[in-house]
Amino acid sequence: MNVKKRLLDGPRMNRAIRRMAIEILEKNRGIQDLIIVGIRSRGVPIAERMCKEIEEMEGHPVSSGILDITLYRDDLTTIAPQPVVKPTKLPEPIDDKIVVLVDDVLYTGRTVRAALDALIDFGRPKAVMLAVLIDRGHRELPIHADVIGKTVPTDANEVIKVKLVETDGEDEVLIMEK
Amino acid sequence: MRTSTSALKSKDLLGIEPLLPEEIDLILDTAEGFKEVSERPVKKVPALRGQLVINLFMEASTRTRVSFEIAEKRLSADTLNFTASGSSVEKGETLIDTAENLVAMHPDMIVIRAKHPGAPKMLADRLPNVSIINAGDGSHEHPTQALLDAFTIRERLGRLAGVNVSIIGDIAHSRVVRSNIHLLTKMKANVTVAAPPTLIPAEVEKMGVRVVHSLDEAVEGADVIMMLRIQLERQGKLSFPSLREYYNTFGLTPERLRRANSEAIIMHPGPMNRGVEIASDVADDPRRSVILEQVTNGVAVRMAVLYLIGGAHNVE
Amino acid sequence: MNMNLLITNARVIDPSQELDAKLDLLIEDGLIARIDKRIKASIETIDAGGLILAPGLIDLHTHLREPGQEHKETIATGTRAAVAGGYTAVCAMANTLPPNDERAVTEMIIAESRRNGACRVYPIGAVSKGLNGEALAELADLRAAGCVGVSDDGKPVWNAQLMRRALEYCTMLGIPVIAHEEDANLSDGGVMHEGYFSTLLGLGGIPAASEETLVARDVILARMTGAHVHIAHLSTAGAVDSVRQARAAGVHVTCEVTPHHIALGDESVQSFSTNLKMNPPLRSAAHRQALIAGIADGTVDAIATDHAPHHFDEKNVEFDIAPFGVIGLETAFPVCYDRLVRAGVIGIDRLIDLMSCGPARIFNLPGGTLRPGAPGDVTLLDPDAPFKVAATFQSKASNSPFVGQALRGRAMTTIVGGAIRYDIRAPKRKTKK
Repeated sequence: MNVKKRLLDGPRMNRAIRRMAIEILEKNRGIQDLIIVGIRSRGVPIAERMCKEIEEMEGHPVSSGILDITLYRDDLTTIAPQPVVKPTKLPEPIDDKIVVLVDDVLYTGRTVRAALDALIDFGRPKAVMLAVLIDRGHRELPIHADVIGKTVPTDANEVIKVKLVETDGEDEVLIMEK
Repeated sequence: MRTSTSALKSKDLLGIEPLLPEEIDLILDTAEGFKEVSERPVKKVPALRGQLVINLFMEASTRTRVSFEIAEKRLSADTLNFTASGSSVEKGETLIDTAENLVAMHPDMIVIRAKHPGAPKMLADRLPNVSIINAGDGSHEHPTQALLDAFTIRERLGRLAGVNVSIIGDIAHSRVVRSNIHLLTKMKANVTVAAPPTLIPAEVEKMGVRVVHSLDEAVEGADVIMMLRIQLERQGKLSFPSLREYYNTFGLTPERLRRANSEAIIMHPGPMNRGVEIASDVADDPRRSVILEQVTNGVAVRMAVLYLIGGAHNVE
Repeated sequence: MNMNLLITNARVIDPSQELDAKLDLLIEDGLIARIDKRIKASIETIDAGGLILAPGLIDLHTHLREPGQEHKETIATGTRAAVAGGYTAVCAMANTLPPNDERAVTEMIIAESRRNGACRVYPIGAVSKGLNGEALAELADLRAAGCVGVSDDGKPVWNAQLMRRALEYCTMLGIPVIAHEEDANLSDGGVMHEGYFSTLLGLGGIPAASEETLVARDVILARMTGAHVHIAHLSTAGAVDSVRQARAAGVHVTCEVTPHHIALGDESVQSFSTNLKMNPPLRSAAHRQALIAGIADGTVDAIATDHAPHHFDEKNVEFDIAPFGVIGLETAFPVCYDRLVRAGVIGIDRLIDLMSCGPARIFNLPGGTLRPGAPGDVTLLDPDAPFKVAATFQSKASNSPFVGQALRGRAMTTIVGGAIRYDIRAPKRKTKK
């Protein structure tokens, strides 16, 4: 695969995440009922960074968690080997809370569908919002993001590669061609 | 540095003996993910939705069967329990015929508890289109028990390598011991087995364990003390003279436990005979005894096994 | 049937007269007539094409299962398996249903083998009535009816007094007592050799001591009575030592070893294949080495198959509950040739001695020699022929531990009393069913 274009570098990524944090605050008027939940694996560091931004702006920490959606994937019976399962960690019951799901890329919408199913097994949130760093289009399910870092029109044969310091050693978003 | 793996090699889990250390790591790591599922309000995930798991229990078992059944249900598998009593087996049907009839109904996995060593392997050899999980075969292996024991040790002590594990009791007839020896030696733990010579099987030291005939020697410096059930029907025959004498020589009491490391934990695969192999004061000691944690962890470990095996046969 | 036959162009090996030369052999009226450089006769002639010609193989230990367990094997199918393996005679063990503990059963076996047998059958009588180990069977009557030895094989003669009396009685009859040596208490619940692998597999062990204690007892009883005790299917190092020492001390003890105990070890049981379950069990490497040493130094008198056919269904169960026993007639020569001769332990002449001359000598049977006047029982052997053990056999049973193995060396033609009973080179010539 060749790199076609670099969509974001480190500083621009951080600005995008800060903007997303601000947008979440604006849409919710405060953080009392908020839980920021990163979807494994790359949604987790992005959620953590957003939490840090929110804490800086609000002066106290926002509730946060981790969601592993492996067991809710709709392709489990067709892929092999089985994807690795890791724990889901939610800090408190989600009933009547506003849960912000955070992921790196929104594409077909299937991951978000699985995340919603997983979330429902933990309780009945007042509302669920979706925040993504990149929205590349090509939805296969009726799902949209509430907060978007960057919208990128793509072709189906292109791949969006998100790298994060926490998982990959550097921050950047690339658009690659198959 | 051990390489990691994301899949089990075999479609079956017949024992610990054929597993690689990285496969054991994979199962234990996966079990950590599943332990959390059992603590949710809705203790169920759709991972094995649409898969049929048959629990074929040719021998009485409560703990293991219930644990597997809960694990299967929490993974959304359809489960069916088949026990030897009151079945075609009592009418003289062979195990192969029973299994082939069940396979004709297209299960994805068969969890088998067998009276005879090697029965799970016999089924696995002949039934290529179904995964076999050994839930204990005679005195041979009980892999999920060893895995849940290892999970519990790792959770409590943070590691397996270098841990001193002493296993005390009927070593000769225990499938739990064999699976545990395989697992612990593969993971570089130090294993001691202790029993009267009449309950030690031939050449067991070749499995990489130290053999002692004294409880005090076994307890000395141990990080983990695993007590095995003494089958009451063996007393007064050729294995040992009486339960009284057994308790006096190999029963674990608070006094005898003093030689163990201060953080040592007590394990027992159950069911326990209080006052035979273990005193209640020890079994119920909240600081040391992890016997009920083992039971809790059993569900998570079996979920991990079912999940990983359930995926393996998708490779076609 | 044609009882006259000329075999030309053969490498004749007859250890009974220390013969190994390129010769022709003439059988007349079912008996060996002449061995010579070039024999001319206008009778049916086989060109051996350089194959080894040996006195017909004799198996001291065969379970033909008839009467009573014809679903496993019959005299007809068992002897067909025998000739396919190069055997011209087999000794039929007494543990049939009913057991061969009285004249009528012996006579039935002999009559049936004359009618439908492909080779000679020498019945072995029971030591005790009903094989119960309590009262002596009518040993003299059995001898008179044609039994060539007595044995409760399948189980030991547990009562030492009964063993002593049987040995004493048999000195009068001039036949051996064939001993299945096993202390049933020591092997209680055992299904394989007791050792590392029984521990690993969680299967009940049969310790070597189970065999060795009874061998020691019977050596002492043989010395006391002056009788001939023949130890069946010797499997342990200690038993070989006992026999070696007893023999050095002049006690009349002989013994046999099976091909599977030579070729296979207890580690193979890890497959849990029920075709690796027999009694005595496959032993550890050290015991196997001791058996091979006993073969090399002459302690072992004979190789016997302990051919023990079982129906597929009986073996198609868990290892623990499967019956003991494997078949061996059709694989004995290839296995032994492969593991003993090709492996350099012994020469081909010694193997022929172990499989033909030795058995005839110790049980006092006709055959086992090519001297003129002996029965016209000969086997043509090809030491170079590849032999892949197929899953189907002339035997009714297929419970062989060697299925799938690629061996070298096999019996090509089997001639009993001058009649060709098996000929792989011309299958159509195979005669009597």
